[in-house]
Amino acid sequence: MAGNAPTASEYVIHHLTHFNTTGHAQEAVIDWSVINIDSMFWSIALGLLTIFILWSAARKATSGVPGRFQGFVELMVEMVADQAKGIVHSAESRKFVAPLALTVFIWIFLMNFMDLIPVDLLPMLWGESVAAMGFVEQPGDAYMRVVPTADLNITLGMSAGVLLLCLYYNVKIKGFGGWVHELFTAPFGAHPLLWPVNFAMQIIEFVAKTVSHGMRLFGNLYAGELLFILIALLGGTATVFGFVGHLIAGSIWAIFHILIIVLQAFIFMMLTLVYVGQAHESH
Amino acid sequence: MNLNATLIAQLVVFFILGWFTMKFVWPPIMKSLDERAKKIADGLAAADKAKADLALAEKKVVEELRKARESAGDTRAVAERQAAGLVEEARAEAARIIAKAREDAEAEAGAAAQRAKEALRENVAALAVAGAERILRKEINAQAHADLLANLKQELQ
Repeated sequence: MAGNAPTASEYVIHHLTHFNTTGHAQEAVIDWSVINIDSMFWSIALGLLTIFILWSAARKATSGVPGRFQGFVELMVEMVADQAKGIVHSAESRKFVAPLALTVFIWIFLMNFMDLIPVDLLPMLWGESVAAMGFVEQPGDAYMRVVPTADLNITLGMSAGVLLLCLYYNVKIKGFGGWVHELFTAPFGAHPLLWPVNFAMQIIEFVAKTVSHGMRLFGNLYAGELLFILIALLGGTATVFGFVGHLIAGSIWAIFHILIIVLQAFIFMMLTLVYVGQAHESH
Repeated sequence: MNLNATLIAQLVVFFILGWFTMKFVWPPIMKSLDERAKKIADGLAAADKAKADLALAEKKVVEELRKARESAGDTRAVAERQAAGLVEEARAEAARIIAKAREDAEAEAGAAAQRAKEALRENVAALAVAGAERILRKEINAQAHADLLANLKQELQ
């Protein structure tokens, strides 16, 4: 934060600006030379935490009486395995898709969970420490967003991964020729006049699936983060009304958000399975 | 809301994490789950088998008891029959001994009577002679009347 108190819009903009390789807010809407360091850091850190948790359970997995931790991990593994079995009808594909879905579920949950950490805590610590080390003139010049899933790049990156999986399994299951045939003959029929319509529909379907898949998660978490920022702004007025309002609204929204972060992680996982499952089915 | 290379990086991380879980997490956990399921299934099967065995054993016990009871009954019947036979035999033996004793006694009595008769017969001659001597007051030659006395003795037979 700047030495003199920022205005509300400065505060919000500061919270929504990424710490990226340029050092300032990205100007172009799309710029492939830029990477959001904060998103990547938290995403990778939480990804490593995810696989560490899973790996610690797997390392000591016993077929005897499981401990609580193993029981908890087994609960999630069985949940995902059951869902995958019902949706993806190929044991061979499930070998990769089910573990992926499990990882995605826990990983996204942890990334979403960053939203429940007090909204100013980590950015402030970050700002103060880099300013103290002399990297920036004042803490307000250092940017840090701690919720990776509130970054469109992260969610679209994952949904693009799911898209690639769908294309891979389409070709693998139906053969390249079979898939191209399907692209032009489904969903309306094999008449040559319908080929362009079918193809357009298929492309729209793929794009819509992928974009909505990523956008849904991003939208929920971005909105959640923004609401926390606004609630913090209410407390920032330093009045009795602001304080009580911050307390009540913050509590209610945080409790409600517990549901959202789990639900969104679950939805993303389920859609991953559903889309891959659809790639296995012929029209 | 800007797009940049973070998207590509995240895509790569996405697959790496998925690969890691597939390689190092999923198989051991699934293995332990399957093994436990098998253990439980085996345990349940063993319990069922034990229950069936128990029922079988109980049936066998009942059967054995019934057999034992039957054979005990048989044994008792045989023993009773044997006892009855023994009693019967003893009774017959006793009757035989009594009859024999009676026969012996009768034979002995007959012999005694005979002997008395003999003795009497022996004495009849002497008595008759003594009686006659008294009557005749004279000596009678016993030798001379021996034939007569022998005849008398014969008649007394």
